[in-house]
Amino acid sequence: MTVSSDALHFHYDVDGNNFTSAGEASVQVKRMLRQMGYHPDLIRRISVAMYEGEINMVIHAKGGDADVYVTPDCITVILKDVGPGIKDVNLAMQEGYSTAPDNIRSLGFGAGMGLPNMKRYSDELKIDSVVGVGTTIEMTFRSA
Amino acid sequence: MTIREIAERIDAVVYAEPEQMDEDLTGAFGSDMMSDVLAFAEDRDVLLTGLLNPQIVRTAHMLDMSCIIIVRGKTATEEIKRLAAENEIALLETKLTMYEACGKLYEGGLGR
Repeated sequence: MTVSSDALHFHYDVDGNNFTSAGEASVQVKRMLRQMGYHPDLIRRISVAMYEGEINMVIHAKGGDADVYVTPDCITVILKDVGPGIKDVNLAMQEGYSTAPDNIRSLGFGAGMGLPNMKRYSDELKIDSVVGVGTTIEMTFRSA
Repeated sequence: MTIREIAERIDAVVYAEPEQMDEDLTGAFGSDMMSDVLAFAEDRDVLLTGLLNPQIVRTAHMLDMSCIIIVRGKTATEEIKRLAAENEIALLETKLTMYEACGKLYEGGLGR
């Protein structure tokens, strides 16, 4: 990770047992960034990408940790889970590809747009995933 | 089109504060798939959906949307109403289908 040491750090536990509450960390981050006065377009990019990641953690990995590092010109979101891992990252990056179960689709997710969206809305996306161990996603957003 | 005009065109039940009703909105997106809303909707669009869970409010909130229309005569749960109020999102319920609601709003000029 290449976050500067003077970054503000915020930690959130993502509860994997409760689909209803999925997204609460992203809501809090959105609120905080608004208070800090970042541009609404940047805040929207960050909150949509983080929300997609949070939903993924709840759907696939029984939750995990979300860490947000904030400096004036750069915001980094790190989502870490100890879920099943992503078998084929290139395939997972394709729009429309999803391994989410049908019950998740009936909840409005699992269209295979999560990772592509995270890539689209972030300036940089790193995926570190090992099958059977877990997945860490690092997204960087630049304010300038 | 203001939220007030939207509500009149689709004969909607409204859960919103009076001052929200005059907000002028220019676009809309209709889907039951929140994944697709997050991928394809424009920010500040009106969200039309037949899905009924709290994630419709979170999705709208993330995209800075200020109005959700629940179609097909479904009724918002207390939690959906609470979350929408908390985030200053106007909540509308209509008996019309997605197709009819979208048609009437498009005909009225929303998103054209």
